[in-house]
Amino acid sequence: MLFFLNVLTSGLLAGLMYAMVAIGFVLIYKASGVFNFAQGSMVLFAALTFVTLNEHGLPFWAAFPLTIVVMIAGAVLIERLVLRPLVNRNPNTLFMATLGLSFVIEGLAQLLLGTDVHQLDLGIDDIPVSVLGLQISAFDLFASAIAVALVAVLAVLFSKTRMGISLRAVADDTLAAQSIGIRLPRIWRIVWSVSGFVALVAGLLWGARQGVQFSLSLVVLKAMPVLIIGGFSSIPGAIVGGLLVGATENLADIYIGPLVQGSVSTWFAYILAVGFLLIRPAGLFGESAIERV
Amino acid sequence: MKLSKTLALFSALLLGATSLATLPSLAAEHDGEQLYPLFSYRTGPYAPSGIPQWGGIRDYFNYINEVKGGVDGVKIFVQECETAYTVERAFECYERFKNGYAGAPVAALFTTSSGFDAAVSEKARADKLPVVSVAGGREDAVDGNVFPYQFPLLFDYWTESSIVIDYIAKQVGGYDKLKGLKIATVYHDSGYGRDTIEPLAILSKKYGFEDIQIPVPHPGEQQQAQWQQIKEAGADWVFFRAWGVMTPVGIKTAARVGFPADHIIGDIWSGSEEDVKPAGAAATNYLAVSVYSPGVDFKISQELKKDIIDPGKSDLKDTSKFGSVYYNAGLVTAIIYVETLRTGHKKFGNRPLTPAEGEWALEHLDITAQRIEEIGATGLLSPLKVTAADHEGSPAAKIQQWDGKAWHPLTDWLNGDRALFHDAIFAKAAAYAKEKNLPPRDATN
Repeated sequence: MLFFLNVLTSGLLAGLMYAMVAIGFVLIYKASGVFNFAQGSMVLFAALTFVTLNEHGLPFWAAFPLTIVVMIAGAVLIERLVLRPLVNRNPNTLFMATLGLSFVIEGLAQLLLGTDVHQLDLGIDDIPVSVLGLQISAFDLFASAIAVALVAVLAVLFSKTRMGISLRAVADDTLAAQSIGIRLPRIWRIVWSVSGFVALVAGLLWGARQGVQFSLSLVVLKAMPVLIIGGFSSIPGAIVGGLLVGATENLADIYIGPLVQGSVSTWFAYILAVGFLLIRPAGLFGESAIERV
Repeated sequence: MKLSKTLALFSALLLGATSLATLPSLAAEHDGEQLYPLFSYRTGPYAPSGIPQWGGIRDYFNYINEVKGGVDGVKIFVQECETAYTVERAFECYERFKNGYAGAPVAALFTTSSGFDAAVSEKARADKLPVVSVAGGREDAVDGNVFPYQFPLLFDYWTESSIVIDYIAKQVGGYDKLKGLKIATVYHDSGYGRDTIEPLAILSKKYGFEDIQIPVPHPGEQQQAQWQQIKEAGADWVFFRAWGVMTPVGIKTAARVGFPADHIIGDIWSGSEEDVKPAGAAATNYLAVSVYSPGVDFKISQELKKDIIDPGKSDLKDTSKFGSVYYNAGLVTAIIYVETLRTGHKKFGNRPLTPAEGEWALEHLDITAQRIEEIGATGLLSPLKVTAADHEGSPAAKIQQWDGKAWHPLTDWLNGDRALFHDAIFAKAAAYAKEKNLPPRDATN
């Protein structure tokens, strides 16, 4: 039983790490209805920028805000060069643009920052601590605390600030929002900047776990089922989806894997996601699209 | 506007005509040279392991061409083709270079990825082009009777399994002490990773240890469940067959569940600096099988330093990679290639070799300890003798340990118990020949 609980707990904590990546997708989807394929590349670019600055002698407190500035500059450029020319186009067009953008960002990351694998030490030991008899990683607890704090900040941002209300208005009806004076380019710049910030946080946590390297961009593969299950437009949904995916894939690997003599976690999360698509297409917390015809 | 369009069209036509006019000279531009198609991956997730390898290969060829005047006077002409470690792009490169390029013929193709290696097998057979996979490739291809055009040279994962068990046996006080021991293999769930399931079952049956097999899905960025399973099973040792990001994540996760690093033995592709540095302190005392000894103290390394690295002629942008595991892997590959050409030159004369001559040269390759000493690669490369019937040679590896800053060899070359697997491997090759209805080949000459 203790083993089961250990597997379950570690899965839940890993799920929060997935949710960190998923939140970046949710932010942009909420504001523009676009699935940002480049989110994984942004995670890679942010972490590589941070670690490069750090390796050049900048301490954490200087490298972190400087990386945020870089991500904001990137958001402004993306809005100006990619999104603005495509305003009011079909969401599929914007999706394809983000697909291209992901290749550009990855290429730039390798060109400017190199292909080396970097160690990233955030000063949090990745060692087990005993909590109620369960062996839990101190680092996982730290990452979970960061995820919860981030969700809390974003929830306040969306529900209490003028900017958040503007974002929600754009998400509900872009044309109506524009008609009452909300400036779409500004909203996009802000939301891509916030998404860049989330990418940095996710990149640092994943980078500390596996090293900062190109494969960081592949963590988006874990975020996809999280988004499908939680809903593309819900931040709490990303958290719940992350927890579900993390726990089930861990348990599936232990209890179903041996039956099929192979690892199952990668596709099991997607099977779960497909199940949700059949039963609840908008995900647990997503908003169903209603269109008048 | 119209004038500028006409001018642009005229310029394009002129450029096209000029290009066509230069084609015949390009075709013969590298006459008398030997083509080495280098299927590189300087971009993508595997670039960190690729770039130092291409550095090792190109630096050695540069040294041979510039300092030694070529291989018996024949210059090596490298044509690089970026694959980003994808099979489809590697196939494009293959089609581009299989018949040679600019007058330089290809003698053998040294592949650089497991996926392409498996996929190109039948194509290379049809094209009669020797395909060499240094320390990789399909296991049953050692049978030259069935696979005349494939050469899984130097090392294989079956022998690696026996080397790992041999090392563990020595640590616990002998083979008889293996009985009852629990040895887990944590493997990348791919063809490469699954390659050791069969030999470990054979070894387990022979020595009586409990064989635990645990797969990790690609890319391996999350392994908590697997390492908890290992802890729960009470494994004594772990044979860790990882690749890419799976290695540092596994080492860190092992530390997190309290499994000691000095009881984890990494595969040859889990034992580079790039594999352990991201894991930080958790990797201290981690062990790995090593075919490519790191270091710069080898005589050949010193010569490269003097003639290539220090004068700024290296392919490496970051020369701190000089002497790393992957750099030396490239160096070993390049040495084997050059020695293959030398073998062929003795039979066919000092000129570029054709694929048929390259095949002959590979099947008669004999790099003795004395020759290794002459090259200045003692300790870097183990003796290698290939025959028409045995396309691998004499596999050997060391066990090395990471001290937090560098790798250190713990053993000399270990050969493993290859004979134990002989029947199983050759039976697989025979089954393949039967399935494909391949005509028998007499590979005794």
